[in-house]
Parts: sequence; structure tokens; C-alpha cells
Amino acid sequence: MALTNDEVLAGLAELITDETGISADEVALEKSFTDDLDIDSISMMTIVVNAEEKFGVTIPDDEVKNLKTVGDAVTFITSHQA
Amino acid sequence: MSTSRIVVTGIGASTPLGGTAPESWSALRAGVSGTHTLTHEWVEKYQLPVTFAAEGAVRPDTVLERPIAKRLDPASQFALVAAKEAWADAGEPDVEPERLGVDFATGIGGVWTLLDAWDTLREKGPRRVMPMTVPMLMPNAAAGNLSLHFGARAFARTVASACASSTESLVNAYEHLRDGLADVVIAGGTESAIHPITMASFASMQALSRRNDDPEHASRPGSIDRDGFVMGEGAAALVLETEEHAKARGAKIYAVLVGGGVTADSYHITANDPEGHGAARAVRLALDEAGASPDDVTHINAHATSTPVGDPNEYQALKQVFGDRIDDIPVSATKASTGHLLGGTGALEAVFTILALRERIAPPTINITEQDPEVPFRISGDEQSLGAGDQLALSNSFGFGGHNAVVAFASA
Repeated sequence: MALTNDEVLAGLAELITDETGISADEVALEKSFTDDLDIDSISMMTIVVNAEEKFGVTIPDDEVKNLKTVGDAVTFITSHQA
Repeated sequence: MSTSRIVVTGIGASTPLGGTAPESWSALRAGVSGTHTLTHEWVEKYQLPVTFAAEGAVRPDTVLERPIAKRLDPASQFALVAAKEAWADAGEPDVEPERLGVDFATGIGGVWTLLDAWDTLREKGPRRVMPMTVPMLMPNAAAGNLSLHFGARAFARTVASACASSTESLVNAYEHLRDGLADVVIAGGTESAIHPITMASFASMQALSRRNDDPEHASRPGSIDRDGFVMGEGAAALVLETEEHAKARGAKIYAVLVGGGVTADSYHITANDPEGHGAARAVRLALDEAGASPDDVTHINAHATSTPVGDPNEYQALKQVFGDRIDDIPVSATKASTGHLLGGTGALEAVFTILALRERIAPPTINITEQDPEVPFRISGDEQSLGAGDQLALSNSFGFGGHNAVVAFASA
């Protein structure tokens, strides 16, 4: 059963909070991972690995650089769910 | 080269006896054992021949912020907890980053991180292996993370000499301060390797006590019926500082680190030289550096792991240096209470040695029922008074690989 955008956003916020300590309230669709949330590349890759596990998707390495905002990631995950 | 004395201005520890240095010291003085039966499922699952160990009394990930803790192997978590305590205890010294160094050791490194990642690789494939795996498992992870946390830019060095590691780190810190490479050094060691692999390996070499039915009494250095060491874990840290720097900022001074010695046996990869020549030379080097004679020594924290061969070897080594007087020096074998923290053990025993000098007592050595006549150290289940005069104490550590390291502290 595919998750909604809101459900993916909530799940992604949990992963981001767990990795970085950033409050889940801060994690909104328009936020940039690097400029707004100050997430470094190794934390980003950790979040990607955990997101693949949590949502059952594959996020190719080439695709990660295109995920500039939280919204980009939510859109990618919802559109690639099995 | 500076000629300044090197002083201890802060101490910290997270050990099987407590989550801080004062709690660990109080429990040691009270004769508490930190050793207990392990309740992890893997003990039963792998049918480990030894079912007990001295685990850290407070899990370090319960006192660190989660985003920090999850980027650290448990060994580095213990290191950070101990170092934060020592730094606060020292009054958070105001020091130029380029004059603050780190000398922090481990014996084994991030064994939990490595083997958890191996499990992940085999079960889920390479895509699920976390990017932080290598920076968490590397043996310099504790030193690097302490440098990052405290803004230390003079250096961040790691020595690995098994169970001698953190005493050797203290010797290195002494030399770095003496040689003017820094004004303040955070020094110590850590270990968190109570893992089925290390338990199985140490058991396989017959190094561990098998007293599964009575774990609290398993670590019994000097006792005639000792049968091996007890695995422990945790970390201890010292803030070391040139005396000028400490006095200029009005710091409290616990003790003076007056010397250290490091030697190698070149005898056997795990067994001590039975004649103890390397260990005796390390003691003499430390005393020479201190400008002291064996007659000045008032207390020794022995390595004394509770193995059948190690304890009498250490006695023989010390007898070479001290002669018959070795039988009169108050000795403590604190692994009886803490178990063996491997790469963390020397720093912890240094902390105990400093507190022993300060309070002028040799802490108790628990679990001696009948003392082995081949290990006739003056050890006791009760505290021993060190008397009123000037104090000079040694803390000894010996490690697989034939490493010997000794530090000497004088009362402040």
C-alpha cells in the first residue's frame, strides 16, 4: 500500500531528527537539506540508507544530488514506491 | 624545551563501578565488584564458555545527545563521557586551540561497529552499510572526536599497545607537554569490547576466569585460586597541564605527573617475560625521569589482572627494582573491583592512583581469600594508610605484544 506525501514526510522527518537532532517541526517540504537544515554529506547518505530501508525504495547515488529539498525527496520516494 | 612540571588538573571516568570518577572511586573504596552475569541473548546463543563481565555501570549513549552518540562507537562514547567530566573538573581551561592536544588510546577500537556492519552486509547487502562505519570503527576515532569536541588542534594522537595503551598515552602526553608541544593535553584511554568475538577469543586462550557461578568474586588478583581476568569496559581521562599554565589560571592541582617509562619485551606475543626485565626497566625509566629512587615509592597500583602467570611475573619484576622492600609498599590491584578495561585500564588506574595520593590511602583489593605466597604484595581487602609524608606512586600496565608502560605521580 503506497504511502501518502504526508506519511512519507512524517517518516522522513523521523529519520532526519534521529540523525541530526533537528526537530521534526523544522522539516518542511520547502527546506533545503544543506542550506536550511545544515545536513552534511555523510548525514545525507545515512538518511538515504535509512530511507531506502524504511520506504522500500532504491535511491541511486546519481539521484541523491538532485534531492535538494525535503520536498524533492518526498516526491522521489512517493513516486518510486513498489 | 620546557622544564615545567606536568600537573593533573582534571579527572573523569565511566567505569563498571560508576558513571563518573567520584562514583567509581567511592565504589572502589566500599569494596564493590563491578562484575556481573551477562544477560545478553548472545551469551546463550553462542554458548560462550564465560558468561560474565564488568560492563559499564552507565551506558554512555544514555548521557550523550542522540545525534552525537549515534555517530560514535561505544568505545568513543565512553571516551567522550569521561573526557567531558575531566574537562569540566579542570574548570574548562582557557587555552589556545593550537596549544591543546589529545593523547587518547584504545586497545581494540570499534569492534561493535565493525561486526554490526559485517552482519548488515551479509544480511542486507552493501547498500545498507552505513557511511559512518569506517570513521566509527577506526582506532583513532576517540582521539579525533575529542579533538573535534574540545577544539584541540595541537595534535590528536592514538597509541595502541593492548592493555598498556592508556598508560602509554599518559607517558606520551607527559613527553608532549615536557617537550613544549602543548600547554594542556586531554589524555586517557577507552574500551568497549565485551563482544562475543572477544569473549570467545580470550576464553579460547584460557585468559578469562571461568567462575561463572560466582562472577562477583571472579577477579581476584594475588589470590591463590585466581583463574584468569574478567573483561571490563569503560574509559578514563585526565587533563594534564604544564604547571605554569595551571597556576596562571588558578587551577586546582590533584597531583604531579613526574615521569613515565615505556619498554618492549621482545619475548612472546602474549606471555610476559617471566623474569620481568622489560617491566622492571619501565619502572626504572619512570623513576629516573622523576629523579626519584625506588626508596621514594609509597604506593603502587599493580597491573595485576588475576591471571595465574601474570601476577607473579609482575611481583618478580618489581622485586628486581625494589628488593625486599616491595613487600612493605602498599599495593592495590583494583581490577579485582573493575575487571580489566584493556585499553582503558591504565588511565582508570592512574585516576585511582591520583586519588589514592590525595587521600593518602591505598584502596582495597577485594576477593583475596588466601594470598598466593608467590605474589606476596602488601595488598589488603581493607584500605591501607599511606602515611603523612611526601607521596610517590606508580601505576603499571603491560600488554599483549610485550608492551610495558609505567607512570609515576607525586602528591601535589
